[in-house]
Amino acid sequence: MIGKTLHKVLIVLLFAFLLAPVVLVIPMSFSADRFLVWPPSGFSLRWYSALLGETKLMEAARNSLVLALLVTAAALAIGTPAALALGRSRFRGREPLIAVLTAPLLLPTIVLALALLIVFVGYGLIGSWAGLLFAHLLVALPYGIRVLMTAVATLPPAVEEAAASLGAPPRSVFRRVTLPLMMPGVAATAAIVFLVSFDEVVISLFVVGPELTTLPVALFRYVESKTDPLVAAVSALLVLLTLGVVVILERAMGLARAIGR
Amino acid sequence: MRPAVLAGLLLGPALLVNLGTFLVPIINLALLSFNEVRPSGGVGPGPTLSTWAILFDDPYYMEIVGNSIGVSVMVTGFTVLAGYPVALFIHRAAARWRNLLVVACISPLLVSAVVRTYGWMVILGDNGIVAAALRGLGMAKAPRMVFNLTGVAIALVEILMPTMILCLLAGFGRLNASVEEAAASLGAPPWRVFLRVVLPLSLPGILLGCLLAFVLTVSSFITPKLLGGGRVILLATEIYDQAIVTLNWPLAAVLSVLSLGVFGLALLLYGRVLRLVEA
Repeated sequence: MIGKTLHKVLIVLLFAFLLAPVVLVIPMSFSADRFLVWPPSGFSLRWYSALLGETKLMEAARNSLVLALLVTAAALAIGTPAALALGRSRFRGREPLIAVLTAPLLLPTIVLALALLIVFVGYGLIGSWAGLLFAHLLVALPYGIRVLMTAVATLPPAVEEAAASLGAPPRSVFRRVTLPLMMPGVAATAAIVFLVSFDEVVISLFVVGPELTTLPVALFRYVESKTDPLVAAVSALLVLLTLGVVVILERAMGLARAIGR
Repeated sequence: MRPAVLAGLLLGPALLVNLGTFLVPIINLALLSFNEVRPSGGVGPGPTLSTWAILFDDPYYMEIVGNSIGVSVMVTGFTVLAGYPVALFIHRAAARWRNLLVVACISPLLVSAVVRTYGWMVILGDNGIVAAALRGLGMAKAPRMVFNLTGVAIALVEILMPTMILCLLAGFGRLNASVEEAAASLGAPPWRVFLRVVLPLSLPGILLGCLLAFVLTVSSFITPKLLGGGRVILLATEIYDQAIVTLNWPLAAVLSVLSLGVFGLALLLYGRVLRLVEA
């Protein structure tokens, strides 16, 4: 009996531990104090209004939003055909090809970042939109391909065969049957790729320039220099954004399947 | 259109991106480790082994490698200990709760590492939640938990827990309630059912979780950099300092190749142990 209670307490504590940092930034973001102090002496919206005055952070946020949209569009355009080819046909060299295409997800991001920095410097891509787009595609594309391959693998082939046997030419089978069936997978991929790009920090840190920076990099630099509740306000907003993406993923294909390894 | 041509058209763009942003830069990086840095800061003509020789001349770098491995093993150990009960609980939860619990567990995975690390600063900081709680309990001076290894380790365990839980849950697929019941009905006490039935069956999931946790700790950068406050020096933070602060790219390249070597060794060890377990 005591053992069972202890077990329950342990599970609750572990869940609390797991969710604590993500949940506790929210009350902290309403702090009325100048520094990170718990408990806050009072609650206010001062850090949210301070946020509006932080032009650097706001500009970085706008950059991140535009970049994440571009990366999502590019990853879908490049990744969907690749995932269809890899998911639908069995050819020699398919396994090694998948391994190469998804390898960037296995290696330390800091190593990938350094490798990119050295090549990018030679081509003047540091601190440019093109450089950031390619840098983000390095990790966003493998992610996208992996989720899309899962989505393709679960398409029922019988429906397409039925359409073809009823006389539909391959092109309209693809457009009228395959593509609509893939839409939830594509939506899930878009959501996850958007977030991967929007949250990417290590690679961005190496390829941003003085004129062009992203929100996570700006936040990283801010936290490196000072810790006040301003970052809690940004964090609270980012947690809300993540929650939105979680809901989309869960509806579209199930969160565990979308990000399961 | 011939199938080979079609496959080439479909895969071509993805392969080009991979080649340009991954394969070529990585090979270039490995080659750069055989250059040396000029006193003026630029990269000198190669090939030379002099940058690699620094590893043997200056024990500092081998210490960092040892330190990285040590910290990663410790963090991995704590992550298994913290993740296992949660995963087992979710596995045994009623079906209608299970999905919600899984989502709650792995959602933090999607929150930016900067935000989660900052969250731990809020909790562990000198005027943070834990310090306030300890003061409330009558402790005069709470121990320092940020800008040292304690804070980095606590945050890393939490950051890696979702990945560990995912691996463990996949591994629990092999668990069968009837086997546990059989063992119990034959008179085995609960702890023995766990040790002799549940634990061995879940070993492959544990191993995969440990491999990923280890590898992710070795490559973790944001958490040791921000919560370590310059006092926790691991392979990733040193690569950053050499590349961005000191501008010694060849040495940063050597350290990168070293960390890839650590990855390779971990993978090899994983394969060995997995074969032993499955035999």
